[in-house]
Amino acid sequence: MNDLVRLSSDVLVLGGGPAACWAALAAREAGLSVVMVDKGYVGTSGATAPSNTGTWYAATPERQAKLVEERLKLAAGLADVRQMHRVIEASTQHLNALAARGYPFPLDDEGQLYIANLRGPDYMRFMRSQVIRAGVTVRDHHPALELLVAGDAVAGAAGVARQAGRSWEARAAAVVLATGGCAFGSRILGATGLTGDGQLMAAELGATLSGMEFSNQYGIVPFDSSVNKGLPYGWGSFYRADGSQIIIPPGQRFPVLAREALRGAIFSRLDRAHGQLPDALRRGQPNCFLPFDRVGVDPFSQVFPITLRCEGTVRGTGGLRRADDDCSTAIPGLYAAGDALERQDIGGAASAGGGPNASWAIATGVWAGQGAARFAASLGPRAGQRTVRPAGQAGLRPAGTEKAVNPQEAMAVVQSEMLPLDRSFFRSGEQLTRSLRRLDGMWTAIRDHSAGDGQRALRTREAAALIASSRWALRSALARSESRGMHIRLDMPAIDIGQTHRFIVSGIDDPVITPDRAVASEVLAS
Amino acid sequence: MIEVVSESRCTACNLCVKVCPANVFDVVTGGIPVIARQRDCQTCFLCEIYCPADALFVAPKADTASVVDEYEIEASGLFGSYARALGWENGRPGGTADDPTHRLRLASLTGQLPSNQVQELAR
Repeated sequence: MNDLVRLSSDVLVLGGGPAACWAALAAREAGLSVVMVDKGYVGTSGATAPSNTGTWYAATPERQAKLVEERLKLAAGLADVRQMHRVIEASTQHLNALAARGYPFPLDDEGQLYIANLRGPDYMRFMRSQVIRAGVTVRDHHPALELLVAGDAVAGAAGVARQAGRSWEARAAAVVLATGGCAFGSRILGATGLTGDGQLMAAELGATLSGMEFSNQYGIVPFDSSVNKGLPYGWGSFYRADGSQIIIPPGQRFPVLAREALRGAIFSRLDRAHGQLPDALRRGQPNCFLPFDRVGVDPFSQVFPITLRCEGTVRGTGGLRRADDDCSTAIPGLYAAGDALERQDIGGAASAGGGPNASWAIATGVWAGQGAARFAASLGPRAGQRTVRPAGQAGLRPAGTEKAVNPQEAMAVVQSEMLPLDRSFFRSGEQLTRSLRRLDGMWTAIRDHSAGDGQRALRTREAAALIASSRWALRSALARSESRGMHIRLDMPAIDIGQTHRFIVSGIDDPVITPDRAVASEVLAS
Repeated sequence: MIEVVSESRCTACNLCVKVCPANVFDVVTGGIPVIARQRDCQTCFLCEIYCPADALFVAPKADTASVVDEYEIEASGLFGSYARALGWENGRPGGTADDPTHRLRLASLTGQLPSNQVQELAR
């Protein structure tokens, strides 16, 4: 690995999903040079590319007010109305810009462009072409392993060019983390690369997180597939193995299905779709029908098996905490966007999945790109003359003696503690403590002994990031001694009005949880 | 998970090696690409639509490998079926202009959908 690939730019963007692309475009539009490095391939990476997603798009103030009102009902007191409006306004503006750039939105029945929906594969392929056309240097299959720092500021990142078998080092005046959420090893669409790498890199420099207890949203998949798309189930009924129907009271779909799934196999049939709907579903959501067509089942007339898969912080709302409207992490030169950030602002204690998350990626991508560009411009040419040092620790540079730690074993522990319904969907203090003990042990092993370079370092580093996010989630879930939104404590089933505030989690070795009183007052005031 | 790189269809352009976000394929000198890290496959089906030769097949099962028969996949017309459903052709995008999703959302507002499910539409 001697042959180091050296990159240099004003702004460096880590990631390859929508937030990364919007950040790169925004920094480029500010007139700065931009390098974008992604673990996978910009265009197919991340949770958006394989999906179909709604957007938060409001052509009128009335529509905007309605979108905010709908989500506020679900947020259990933890959303931020001002930020919701900001996100809708920014995303509406930039979705219009996307149409102007030539993205082929469909026409609705009135002949108007229908901008409230994006088809993942097309959207992300289009974003790749826009980013390249704008003059951004794109490096695919260049996973970042760690940040580089100069004094107290971030000055770049380093990683491995995994298809070339070389290491890379990218110097920059400012860095945007758009590396996605953490799926805890869950096999949902687009999630194997979502291991929480950016959260660990930022926390190593002292960045804090929030909302990590809201890391346990679940989605329905048919036939043990990856296809966690919820839309068709709006026309679905649910059944037990004996054929009896599972009755779902309003808003109770997931708790009811989770309880049933713990008792036995569960099934569905899209038997409430009539008329034009089956055809519209098939043509509008082709990815949803891949499992059915490949198994040879007609989901509108035949019953099929479903399971619930955990979606971690990808559809949960936990992540890095923003220090300001620019999406700074409070570490000089380090910005974050998309699912790497907490999304309580728009979802509170409920998932912001679908439209709000898609629009969050656009809005925070643009803000982080602009914020990073302003920071880079303020440093000027001095930025390139700084002496840098690498900041990565666990999984790269052992705190103790180097010993082999199997990253697959670490992944298996994370999956077994974070994904099962009876550990993560329904929580209890006792079980959370047991899970935490196991993950604490794994963390100590990785931190003290794990090392590696090249492809091996990527795996140990991913394992470290998965464990770090798991421990933040478990500690936060223990601290929130109540049930609220997706956080369901069987031992504390009631909502506690005194905990209508967010929790901040700081530190990696011994994460500390503190209430975020500032946000609570802002929310209440709005 | 990815199960088939069809020898009879593949033109060894190696685009799948480049576009797979999970780095599942490896280039083989003088041959067609090989599925080198099947366990890393995230079952996103995107390699299929990027393949200009419709030579790839992803089985729906996401946790474990599946037993598949290439001749059956060929006979049942499943090679390239996702690309056709989207309107992509020869690895090139297309078909978003015909997306009728606005009708689905309209249906949710006009009572063709039980109101308690409307929230789910956002997902």
